[in-house]
Order: sequence, then structure tokens, then C-alpha cells
Amino acid sequence: MPTILAAETTQAADATGVFALSWLLIALPLLGAAVLLLGGRRTDKFGHLLGTAMPFAAFVIGVVQFVAMLGRDPENRTFSQHLYTWLPVGSFQVDAGLLVDQLSMCFVLLITGVGTLIHIYSIGYMEHDPDRRRFFGYLNLFIAAMLLLVLADSYLLLYVGWEGVGLASYLLIGFWSYVPEYAAAAKKAFVANRVGDFGLSIAIMIMFAQFGSVSFDGVFAGADGASEGALTAIGLMLLLAACGKSAQFPLQSWLGDAMAGPTPVSALIHAATMVTAGVYLIVRSAPVFNGAPDAQLVVVIVGAITLIFGAIVGTAKDDIKKALAASTMSQIGYMMLAAGLGPIGYAFAIFHLLTHGFFKAGMFLGAGSVMHGMNNQVEMRRFGGISSVMKITWITFGLGWLAIIGVPPFSGFWSKDKIIEAAFVGEGWRPWVFGGAALIGAGVTAFYMTRLFLMTFHGERRWTDDVHPHESPKIMTIPLMVLAIGSAALGLILGPTNALVHWLEPVTGAHGEEAPVLSVPVLTGLTLLLIAVGVAWAYSLYVRQPVPEVAPAGSVLTRAARRDLYQDAVNESLLMRPGQYLTRFLVWFDNRVVDGAVNGLAALLGGTSGRFRRLQTGFVRSYALSMFLGAALLVGAMLLVRL
Amino acid sequence: MTISGSTLVALAAAGTPTGTATGTGEAVLFWLLAPIAVLASLGMLFSKKAVHSALLLALTMLCLAAFYLAQDAPFLGVVQVVVYTGAVMMLFLFVLMLVGVDSSDSLVETLRGQRIAAIVAALGFGALLVFSIGDVVVSNAGLATANADGNVQGLAALIFSRYVFAFEVTSALLITAALGAMVLAHRERIERPLNQRQLSEQRFRGGVHPAPLPGPGVYARHNAVDTPALLPDGQPADVSVSRVLLARGDVRKAPGADVVVRDASEIERPGDDQ
Amino acid sequence: MNPMNYVYLSALLFSIGAAGVLLRRNAIVVFMCVELMLNATNLAFVAFARMQGNLDGQVIAFFVMVVAAAEVVIGLAIIVTIFRTRRSASVDSANLLKY
Repeated sequence: MPTILAAETTQAADATGVFALSWLLIALPLLGAAVLLLGGRRTDKFGHLLGTAMPFAAFVIGVVQFVAMLGRDPENRTFSQHLYTWLPVGSFQVDAGLLVDQLSMCFVLLITGVGTLIHIYSIGYMEHDPDRRRFFGYLNLFIAAMLLLVLADSYLLLYVGWEGVGLASYLLIGFWSYVPEYAAAAKKAFVANRVGDFGLSIAIMIMFAQFGSVSFDGVFAGADGASEGALTAIGLMLLLAACGKSAQFPLQSWLGDAMAGPTPVSALIHAATMVTAGVYLIVRSAPVFNGAPDAQLVVVIVGAITLIFGAIVGTAKDDIKKALAASTMSQIGYMMLAAGLGPIGYAFAIFHLLTHGFFKAGMFLGAGSVMHGMNNQVEMRRFGGISSVMKITWITFGLGWLAIIGVPPFSGFWSKDKIIEAAFVGEGWRPWVFGGAALIGAGVTAFYMTRLFLMTFHGERRWTDDVHPHESPKIMTIPLMVLAIGSAALGLILGPTNALVHWLEPVTGAHGEEAPVLSVPVLTGLTLLLIAVGVAWAYSLYVRQPVPEVAPAGSVLTRAARRDLYQDAVNESLLMRPGQYLTRFLVWFDNRVVDGAVNGLAALLGGTSGRFRRLQTGFVRSYALSMFLGAALLVGAMLLVRL
Repeated sequence: MTISGSTLVALAAAGTPTGTATGTGEAVLFWLLAPIAVLASLGMLFSKKAVHSALLLALTMLCLAAFYLAQDAPFLGVVQVVVYTGAVMMLFLFVLMLVGVDSSDSLVETLRGQRIAAIVAALGFGALLVFSIGDVVVSNAGLATANADGNVQGLAALIFSRYVFAFEVTSALLITAALGAMVLAHRERIERPLNQRQLSEQRFRGGVHPAPLPGPGVYARHNAVDTPALLPDGQPADVSVSRVLLARGDVRKAPGADVVVRDASEIERPGDDQ
Repeated sequence: MNPMNYVYLSALLFSIGAAGVLLRRNAIVVFMCVELMLNATNLAFVAFARMQGNLDGQVIAFFVMVVAAAEVVIGLAIIVTIFRTRRSASVDSANLLKY
């Protein structure tokens, strides 16, 4: 293992100065959530302002901490804050503590920064919703849970944040729970997440059994000398957890339905919180995965499958939000693939996560802006030609589009290209398969994102008669602009300088330069060529030809992709139906056998009693007779005994 | 009553030997009165009229009083006569008069199997008792020593020493019984009593017999309450005799009347519906 | 004469009284039969007292009489009340307390 692990080399310093305020990062949004959710309708008037101020305040703290961190040596940028002893059980001590290092800092800035923008946007987007205050309460809860997740210094505390994220996502996806489908979508997300949570809890249990500790320090120290089998088991369980939270194959089915929530929620889930948690978990657990090559291989395979899977689904969706959701799935697949590659890919996974956070948030909010102007329609076949009426949305969305398909110099190019290069590093069949998947994924991404962009903003106007598109208010467009700037520039700032890679090196570990199996210029050229082909193909299909307002039947693959490649059907036939049959059998068993036995016994007793009851005639003389016979029997018995 | 009591005492005293064996006088008394007691109790059991039963029971009790006297229990004998035969049985008769007669006097059995079962049980129980009594080893200590200071004094010594607590409890029981009887027999009037005017109006509103009911018949041979008067058309007026007599079947046929009174319940009388 | 004859007579009277309780329907007659049964036991008590040579049996018989008097008072009051409400002194007519 050439890697030098961060946890071993740099000892986390006690948090002082501005880093002592780390707990405020979590406490502020949590306070906001508490005030808004417990305060009730009294807080309706100022709820959205308070809800926006809290993540913004956290963002300010995060920025100050970031600047303070920049001012220190790379080895001394890790801080731990001990809050209190959470579980003092004999030798098992779990402290509630926070860990602020370079990796956490990236997430803190992303979560609070993009989160604040989404909050600002929501002020306008949810203006007419009577429950806006509650919405902001849930958003703050979401932010707080996610911050707890990335700042925790032990897996157990991380698990708390992990569950909090699950709860908040459930509440937000089902925010309009009076629509039965939306409530069902929330349930689906929650259940799919539970499967992942199960994996995380088992992973924590194995850690405790193996290392006697659940803190990052303790686990990573123990991982150095642990058997590969144990590390593989932990790694696979952590992967299962990541699959649930990050919507990776085979637990991806909830992500598409999660579009049931208000659009800012989708942006928050896809860009700043929730789905990134899985990537964070894998990267944070780097020492575990570094010792378990098999688990890493599985991570890469899952990432590659999801990458292609999401891309295929994205090409067929006509619902703008669902197409974006499929693209998220695909992009997170890239990140997982990178994270599975080991030290060579961790930094790029985080890099892509950051750039993706910006352009995906921008595009989701842009889609929300389009819906805002189109009477909440989501059907892209009824859009078209919106560019002329919603110029700001068009431009910001366009920048996001260029970023995601990886056109230089926009940020997606820098991050995705690095992942593709990293995927081509190695020996044997692996670089060709995984690199090829990443390469093809880039082409397909270009195709479906271009399709989405062109169908929405260009071509003929296929609007329904009652819509009158208009640009959204400033409170919504300003976040769009900020995000668009980020989409355009972030990659340029961090990419060519390798700033992020160096920044993260103390955490993820350094790695030497390894050449991919194809030379870097060839790879870049191939990627750009595929992207150009995808864009051109989409242009020829959706601008040169008229887009039918009703989706054509399409090929077998198209129909399958529209139905999410039958993932729901598979889940239904493999899990739901056997469960239903089992339930029905149990109901039948309970009704017939259990209840039958109980009721039969009761009926037997009841019938017998009914017959015996007839002995109670009400006639005093009958009773006197039986008493007298009893007395006679008694005398007779006494006599008999004496004789 | 006192005369017969004293004669019995004398009779019993004459027959009572001082020792373990019973004397001839007592044997005569026993064999004379025991059949009377058994017959009287059987008569009580089978007589149709409750009054007869009551009188036959009184007779049985008198016989028992004689037996008490014969067995050196003069106090109990006297109490038996005074309390039981005198007071309790009179109470029975009072209630009998109060309640009157009804269908409950009928000897027809209504519960299926009750009669046979009752007779079998009673006979079997009696046989068992007799059988077991026959097995008892008898001693006959006699009460000469116990009654040395007199029977009443002996009883008093026991009651006021060993049984004093039971005696006191008995007094509480008697008071409770007296109170209970008052509470049970008392009937709270829940509406105002009718005044004369209302009674009169009620009587005319009913319309059956505004006038007083006809008196019983007055005849050459009978001038009695048990013979109905004759109506102008020669029919006997059923309402002219007391219904108690009708219920008992003690009504004579009116001379010359060919219609027999059918049943007490079929005669419509004013005031029955009250 | 054997003094046990009194006890035999007592058993006989007791059985007759019991048969009366079971057979008669007029509550007053039933009550009289109960009295007959009590008297029969009293006779047995007195006879046994004489055989044993002490007065305890007579004391018990005395108490039985007292209790019987109290019982008669209450019993007759109940019969009068029942008759008042049901217009009948038949023990069979008061049969509501059943299944």
C-alpha cells in the first residue's frame, strides 16, 4: 500500500478560534428548523427569512473557517471538537465530536453555499404555497442533518445525520402529501433508503466487533492491520449504504419518483445534500476501501452500471425533472466510479461532486423556473422555444448544460475528463471496460442533455393554449445566475491548477502520477469527439425535425428506458409480489387457522354454556330440589365412608 | 291452651322415670302422639287449602311440645306452645287472610318431573337418615343432674354464661328482623290519595256498576253470604257474593237457579282493574 | 321405649317437610313446611340433649326457635310484598332470575 493515510500522519488539533464555532454550523439550521416547526403559524410572516438566514450564517462561518484553514500548513488543517461524551458504556465510549478537515470543509461550503442559494430561490418559488414556513423548516432540518453527517467524527454520529437526511428527504418529497402519488413517492424513497441504512448499521456493528471503536480515528487505525475479509465486508456494507442514499444500482428506483417534491427540494437532494452523502461516505472511508480491493472493484462496477443506466434512462424521459434526475444518477455513478478507483480517484470524485453540485442545482432551479412560467408543466414535448421569453433562465440553464456535457472550459469538462482519465489507468481488462463505460457515458450524457436543452428552449413553440411563459422574479433568477457562474468557472479555478487535489491530499492520500493506457490528449480528444457527436445527433433529431407533441411508440430500448429499464417492474416481481403473497398467506393463516382455533374453542365453550344455562330455570323449587339432592348425596357419602 | 299444657306436663311427669330407661307413660304418650304428628304433617302436605295446612301444622307443633315436656324440657315445651303455636302460627294465619286465595293453592304440578323427583328425594333422604340413625350407639344419660336446680335455671345458666354472646347476637337479629319486616311491608304512596269527588267520578266513568253491588240472596232456608241473589229474570247474580268465597268454591247454588257459577276469574267486577 | 324413636320421628317429619317445600307452590305453605323441618330438628336436639345428659341441645333448640321467629317475620313480609306486586303467592311465578 503506497498510500500514506491522513489519519495516521496528521493528528487532529483541538478546535480553537473560529473552529470552535463548528458546532454552530449544525446548530444554526437546527435552531431554524426548531423555531419554524415548533413555532407554528406565529412564524408564518418571517419564517422564510429566518429559514434563509440560518444556512447563510452557517455559510459565513464556513467561509471564515475555510479562509482560516487556508492560512495554515496543509498538515495542520484538521480540527476536532469534542462536544460531550455521548455513550459512556463501560469500555465502549462514544464521544459526540466534530471533525473539521479539508474534506468536511468542501462539503460544508457546498451544502451551506448551494443550500443558501436554494433557500433564496425557494422564497420566490414557494411564495404562494400556504405552507411555505413548514417547507423552510424542513429545508433547514435537511441542511442541519447533512452538516451533521459530514462533520461527525464517528460513524455512529454520522449515522444520526444519515438518518436525519433520510427523514428530511421523506418529509420534503412528500411535502404535498395530499396527492397520493407524492405520498407514495416519499414512502418509496424512505423504504429504499432504509435498505441502505441497514447496510450502514451492519457496517458499524462489524467495525465495533472488529476494532472496538466506531470513531473515524479508531476504525482507520484498526483498518491498517485488519484482515482483508473484514475490510471487504465493511466496505460492501458501506457501499450498500451509499447505494441507498446516492441512488446507485440496485437501489436507484426512488430517485425518479422523488421528483414529487417541490423543485427546490430536487435541487437540494441532487446537488447539495442527500445523494452526495454516499460519495462522502466512500471517500471518508478511504482507509477501509484501500485495504479491500474487492470492495473497491464492486464500487467501480456499481458506479459504471449506474452511470450507463442513468444515461440510458435519461435519453427517453420526456419529463424535464425526471430526465434531470436520471442525469443525476448517471453523474453520481461517475463519482462512485472515481471513488472506487482508490486514491487516484477520490479527489476527482469530490471535484466532480462540487462542480456537479453547482451545475445540477442551477439546472434544477432553472427547470423550476421554467415550470414556474409554464403552469407547473413538466412535459418537455409541450415546451420549445422558451429561450425568447425566459432569457435569464435560458442563459443560466445553457451554462449548466455546457458544464454537464463537458465542453471546455466549463467546469464539467475539468472534473469529468479527470475521471475518465483515471478510469483508464490500470492494467488488464479493467481500464478498457470502466474507461470505455465512462467514455460512452460522456457521449450519451451529451446527447440527452442536449435533447433536454433543445426540447425545452429551442424549436417550435408547442405550448398548450393556456400558458403564458414569463421570466421568474429576481429572487429566483439571482441564485440561478450565481450558480451559473459557479458552473462556468469552478472547474477552471480548481481544475488546471490541481488545487483541489492538493487540498484534499492530506485526507485522501497522495498518489503518484500514473499514465492511463491511452495518452491523455487522445482521451481528451475522444471524449470531445463523442460529446460533439452526441450534441449533433440530438440537434438533428430535435431541432431539424419537428418534435411530436405526443411521444412516439419508439423502439424496444426506448420503451424500456421510459419505464426506467423496468427497475420498478423488477422490484415488484422480485420483492413486492412475494411479500404480498407472504402477507396474504399470513392473513389467511391468521384468519382461518389461528382465529379458527380460537373462535372454535370459544364457540365450543359458548355452545356448551348455552346448554348448561338451561339448567337455570328460575324456579325456586328446582333449585331447592338440587340443593336437597346435594344434601342427600352428602349424607349418603358420609354414611358410605363410615360404613 | 294452658289447661292442655298443664295436663300434658302432668302426663309427661308421670311417665318420666328417673334414670336411663324411658318409662311406660312416656312410651304410651309417644305412640299416641307420634302417629298424630305424622298424620297431621302429611295432612298439611296434601291439604288443598292453606288454612287447613296451617291448622294441621299447629297440631303437629302441639304434639312436639308434648314430646319436649316428656323429655325434661318443660321450658322449651312451653315456649313451643306460646311462641310457635300461639304467635308464629297466628302470624301465618294473618298473612293467609291478607293474601287470600289464588291459583297457587292448586295441587296440580306444573314443573315437569318435579313431583316424582321430590318424592324420590324425600323418601331417599328419609331412608338415609333412618338408616344412619339406626347405626348410632345410644346412651341415655337423662337430665336428672342437669335439671337438678330446675330446667329453666339450668338453661338460664347456660344461656347467660357460655352462650351469652350468641344470645346478644340474637337480640340484634331480632331487632334487624323487626326493622326489615317494617321496611319490606311498608308501601310508599307515590301519588296523592283520591278525594271523594275523584273516587265518585272514577266510579261513574267505569260505567259497570255505579251503584253498590247487590247483596247476597235472602231466602227462606238460607240467609247467608254464600248464596247469590237472584236477578229479576231468575238468573243468579254472581257479583252478589264475596269473591273469596267463590275462589274457595264455598258458594251455594241459588235455589231454582239452573246456572252454576263458572269460575271466579270470569266474573267481571268493578275495581278489579285497580 | 328406646329414646331413639324421637330421632326417627324427627327424621320422618323432616323428610315430610322437605317434600312439602319441593311440592307445594303456595309460598305460605312452603314456608310452613320449612317451619316443620325446623321443628323436626328441634325435636332431635331435645332428644339428643336428654341422651347426652346436658342442656346444650335444649339451648340450641331455643336459639333455633328465636331465629325461626325472626325468619318468619321477614319471610312473611317478603311474601306480602311479592303478592302485592305480582298478585300471586306462587313461588313459581317469581322466576325472572334465570338464563
